[in-house]
Amino acid sequence: MSNMPNELKYTKNHEWVRDEGDGVVTVGITDHAQELLGDLVFVELPEVGASLSAGDECAVVESVKAASDVYAPLGGEVTEVNEALEEGPEQINENPYAEGWIFKLKIADASEMETLLDAEHYAECCANDD
Amino acid sequence: MSSLKKTILHAAHRAMGARMTPFGDWDMPLHYGSQIDEHHAVRRHVGMFDVCHMTVVDLRGERVRDFLSYLLANDVAKLQVPGKALYSCMLKPDGGVIDDLIAYFMGENGFRLVVNAGTMEKDIAWLQAKAPDYAVEVSPRFDLGMIAVQGPQARDTAMPLMSDDLRHQVAELKPFHAATDGDWFVGRTGYTGEDGLEIIMPENQTESVWRQLAELGVQPCGLAARDTLRLEAGMNLYGHDMDERVTPLASGLGWTVAMKDDRPFIGREALQRQRDAGGIPRFIGLVLAGKGVLRDHQILFDGEREIGEITSGGFSPTLQRSIAMARVAADAGEHLTVDIRGKRWPVIQVKPPFARNGEGCID
Repeated sequence: MSNMPNELKYTKNHEWVRDEGDGVVTVGITDHAQELLGDLVFVELPEVGASLSAGDECAVVESVKAASDVYAPLGGEVTEVNEALEEGPEQINENPYAEGWIFKLKIADASEMETLLDAEHYAECCANDD
Repeated sequence: MSSLKKTILHAAHRAMGARMTPFGDWDMPLHYGSQIDEHHAVRRHVGMFDVCHMTVVDLRGERVRDFLSYLLANDVAKLQVPGKALYSCMLKPDGGVIDDLIAYFMGENGFRLVVNAGTMEKDIAWLQAKAPDYAVEVSPRFDLGMIAVQGPQARDTAMPLMSDDLRHQVAELKPFHAATDGDWFVGRTGYTGEDGLEIIMPENQTESVWRQLAELGVQPCGLAARDTLRLEAGMNLYGHDMDERVTPLASGLGWTVAMKDDRPFIGREALQRQRDAGGIPRFIGLVLAGKGVLRDHQILFDGEREIGEITSGGFSPTLQRSIAMARVAADAGEHLTVDIRGKRWPVIQVKPPFARNGEGCID
């Protein structure tokens, strides 16, 4: 069973979102997603300063076998990207909720947070996928 | 999922933590945790693959050699010593590839074929349709299991599980030859670019052998590692690098087509016409200059001209770069680019293999 921390929010596209306060969130892909993808070998990061709407394709994670888009879970501006992933994409496999974070977003509309799933509902989504 | 076929090792895979995936009609292990670790285990030590989904087909009859001489693009006349193996394509009259397979000479009036899982039904139908003219008996051996043990330590690790007789034979076995004892049949063959064995045995012994190999430290490996290993070794995969729509000459398999003498075989005239016409597409190896991953069906360009596509692409764990095989126009230039998600990236043309025998083969 994949790890799905209760303090995080999720999307049905397998992104996780951590509220860092001050309207900033950190985004990555879930443990379930990295398990499905297998060993990651390349991450295409968004540009710092990019303006995103919820649902935009904004990054790509590539495993040995497949490429997968990462979607913006919320609208906002990219404030920081995890450049360490360029040399060490496997950090997403090893620690998807910590060293494997992908980008930070200054969110445009805090009310969009309510569109995200909690851990329990995300777990249901994953169960339905299998 | 329930309609997928399961090999005799299915329960063992689940018990070993495999992530399973549909592969044609079969539910097969994709990996057991990390496909990259599995890949390195084969290049450096020893790994094993469940290849029970592949089918052994035994052929018998006084004219079996004539039969295969006519059905295969490579020439079974090269097989004179019992146990010797030959890689060949089986072609349609238009030169399209029905399947690629290994043929073993079994001695007096007998040959053994090992064919791909996804093509098994059409292969057997094709063989059976042609067999009556040669009075050849075609016997698919669904009673046999097969495990590929691959890597520099493969032979030393697997030999203790064999009978004394077989073990002595395998100790002396040359590459691309097989030894046999009863229903056990061991070929020094594989699909990884490493030394290794493909062990065919009664299906009811297969799970026990698999578990004993695991206890001896052999890394179970899934289809994902099998694919990166064969790609690094520059070995074609049926359905990706060739199929019924292309000929071996346009698939980097000209070396497997024996046309020097006037032996008739199915597809020969079509291949001769293709050779005479010229302009046969080139089949090339590629390395991506930058970061990213080459994938099947990505389009290649020479300047602004579209000149072909990738047939097998992926990431090379040995080289730590992305590699591919591709089919391009005969007149494609030296400096090509690939379209990855709408952007063009330079690729370097190389001659496969990319890696074999534990080491990279290109700079």
